[in-house]
Amino acid sequence: MSNYLKLIGLGLMTLFFMIAANYGRDLAYQVHAILLMLVTGGMFLWTLRQTDEPKVSKEVLETEYMDGVIRYGAVATVFWGIVGFLAGTFIAFQLAFPALNFEWAQGYANFGRLRPLHTSAVIFAFGGNALICTSFYVVQRTSAARLWGGNLAWFVFWGYQLFIVLAATGYLLGGTQSKEYAEPEWYVDLWLTIVWVAYLLVFLGTIVKRKEPHIYVANWFFLSFIVTVAMLHVVNNLVIPVSIFGSASVQVFAGVQDAMTQWWYGHNAVGFFLTAGFLGMMYYFVPKQAERPVFSYKLSIIHFWALIFLYIWAGPHHLHYTALPDWASTLGMVFSIILWMPSWGGMINGLMTLSGAWDKIRTDPIIRMMVVSIGFYGMSTFEGPMMSIKAVNSLSHYTDWTIGHVHSGALGWNGMITFGAMYYLFPRLWNKERLYSLSLVNWHFWLATIGIVLYAASMWVTGIMEGLMWREVDAQGFLVWSFADTVAAKFPMYVVRGLGGVLFLSGALIMAYNLWMTVAKGEPKAAPLAAAPAE
Amino acid sequence: MSKAPKKTDANQEPPTTGHSWDGIQEFDNPMPRWWLWTFYACIVWGILYTIAYPAWPMISKATPGLLGYSTRAEVAKDIASFEEANADLKEALVNTDMLAVIEDEELNRFAVANGSSVFKTWCAQCHGSGAAGAKGYPNLLDDAWLWGGDTESIYLTVKHGIRNEQDDDARYSEMPQFDDILEKEEISQVVEHVLAISGQEHDAALASAGAMVFEDNCSACHMSDGTGDREQGAPNLTDAVWLYGGDRDTLTETVKYSRFGVMPPWSGRLSESDIRAVTLYVHQLGGGE
Repeated sequence: MSNYLKLIGLGLMTLFFMIAANYGRDLAYQVHAILLMLVTGGMFLWTLRQTDEPKVSKEVLETEYMDGVIRYGAVATVFWGIVGFLAGTFIAFQLAFPALNFEWAQGYANFGRLRPLHTSAVIFAFGGNALICTSFYVVQRTSAARLWGGNLAWFVFWGYQLFIVLAATGYLLGGTQSKEYAEPEWYVDLWLTIVWVAYLLVFLGTIVKRKEPHIYVANWFFLSFIVTVAMLHVVNNLVIPVSIFGSASVQVFAGVQDAMTQWWYGHNAVGFFLTAGFLGMMYYFVPKQAERPVFSYKLSIIHFWALIFLYIWAGPHHLHYTALPDWASTLGMVFSIILWMPSWGGMINGLMTLSGAWDKIRTDPIIRMMVVSIGFYGMSTFEGPMMSIKAVNSLSHYTDWTIGHVHSGALGWNGMITFGAMYYLFPRLWNKERLYSLSLVNWHFWLATIGIVLYAASMWVTGIMEGLMWREVDAQGFLVWSFADTVAAKFPMYVVRGLGGVLFLSGALIMAYNLWMTVAKGEPKAAPLAAAPAE
Repeated sequence: MSKAPKKTDANQEPPTTGHSWDGIQEFDNPMPRWWLWTFYACIVWGILYTIAYPAWPMISKATPGLLGYSTRAEVAKDIASFEEANADLKEALVNTDMLAVIEDEELNRFAVANGSSVFKTWCAQCHGSGAAGAKGYPNLLDDAWLWGGDTESIYLTVKHGIRNEQDDDARYSEMPQFDDILEKEEISQVVEHVLAISGQEHDAALASAGAMVFEDNCSACHMSDGTGDREQGAPNLTDAVWLYGGDRDTLTETVKYSRFGVMPPWSGRLSESDIRAVTLYVHQLGGGE
């Protein structure tokens, strides 16, 4: 019976997308309507084939962890990571050599179209998949419970991939609302909202039915990340669509209110997506890999609450010296500086967890990756508050320094901790004795680390240089440099940055090979996985 | 403050909280003191800073802060200090004939520095930050001028612009599209003629036929010898300087479809002293007359 309802629903949806493809007012919308028509149409046919067929009953053991969806998530993480790094490396060279903005690809593959593709691919596709799959893994293990909601977890996974495809193709076809890190248009935003609520339900449901008396610290961070991102996403994307058959929409906020909402969102995308969520990852995989207890329970409580309370106010530091009133600017800066220590609480807890196991840095390249990741986390969470100081910001704002800062966080912290988690997860998820090759992990580690150093160092140099050039005036107050002069001066550093990207990408390709070989050729492990509360 | 237990001895580990998740335990260590005190210090500093600077939103406006600081006031102060320091020189620049400014070393240095900054902000987008121009945008370093290269001519060009709709005093001229006027054969003849008078490789037979076509159709603006007319902004076709290109294909395109380069008027956006300054800057780049 439920299949008939499903068929009616899918049929109506397919019909609607056909109509939408016909009436669509812009290319991005039409392509998306056709894509969705194919997806729902395909599901319709698949459901039809299943209807009235004898059921092949697959017994689900409540005591077994739900790892299929995590396996898919781990593969998606690696895949989207490589897509994102490749796009980033390519656009880095587009900036150094503008001829790479090919004439024949204008309007599709020029820098302006590819740049949001890169940022979203790395943050949302790579980072998002990493967070979803590790949070599903961690919440099951630390709650000793199977994921709540049955196939809802699969809906979250596939729904999120659909969001990524809609967002990415939209950017290339010009479907963007021009808000940084929130570029997707209204219908893609609505879809993500549905997927995100399902994600929250699966996660929260699993915590509710946990068999452990307490909720582990990693889950606090994951939960705060899921809840806050939902709030940020909804508020920043409040728009009124121009037509149900078009991607254009009108923002609800205007002017400086819109800017402030956008950077409240943008900063907390960093704070909750890239910091809180990844701290959740760190709090599980570092103690597991080091096989040591977490350094301090007290510290984890205090720095968790301080972090999530303070982060949410720090957004105005993105708008120093703009139309934003001075008072908001001051508060943004003050909260950012007070945030310094709560951010470092995570670094201390991560690094000090290794006390008693420091020798593993020498022997275990995965631990080394995690340690460098925490190191970059500490560095960028010091650099961030420093850059939020108005006097520093007057030099750094709009320069490549900001881009260097973001990348030391994204490549160093988010990238490296995710790589560490993937190296931990793959052998366990596919039930293998060990990774295919530790020496390849070592290669990955060095390539990635040197790549990040090249990237961050070149961006510090160009950032400070162009900041100084922009503000340089002669004794009578006249500007010394034209903007084009500052662009020309950055050329050598742009090449260095691109090379850093090449190194980082090569490391990721080595990882993909290593993980592939682990799954394909690894020696199977005997003991099965079981969901039992740890004693 | 109690001392944290020594951790060098593996047998004397600190107590754990007794929790365990998937094998992960937690030590009951205190927060590191340096961390805690730095955190407190940041909070205290934050409170003091919000007292000193505009910070807390109240019902009708935010607290102004004890220092009376405002970013807008700061930048206004900076601008005012330079304006005040330069006031005499600016006034002199507006009231002195431009040729006399060139003779006055101090005033000229000021004008060129001022003009350079104006140029880098407003003119470099088209003419290049080094003023070497680009296709369709004249090079200002050489001595080939479309509308004249003395201070007065440059001044008029900057002030009113070229072929724009905003300023009635803009310089204006329009080359016809000869695609509608001449036969295909005549166009290729006149192109060969232009290649000939500019000293390039050409077909002599076509070129000599083209001389007649040129005389009938082009000489009113470009003059019989092709040296152009600055009164009409008609370029000299006998030199090696080309605005759009002097090769056969580009010349054919120019003859067939014409060109219509536009420059905006700057009188509304730049002050009189800035216009004079940028005029003098361009004049001294190398080609000034």
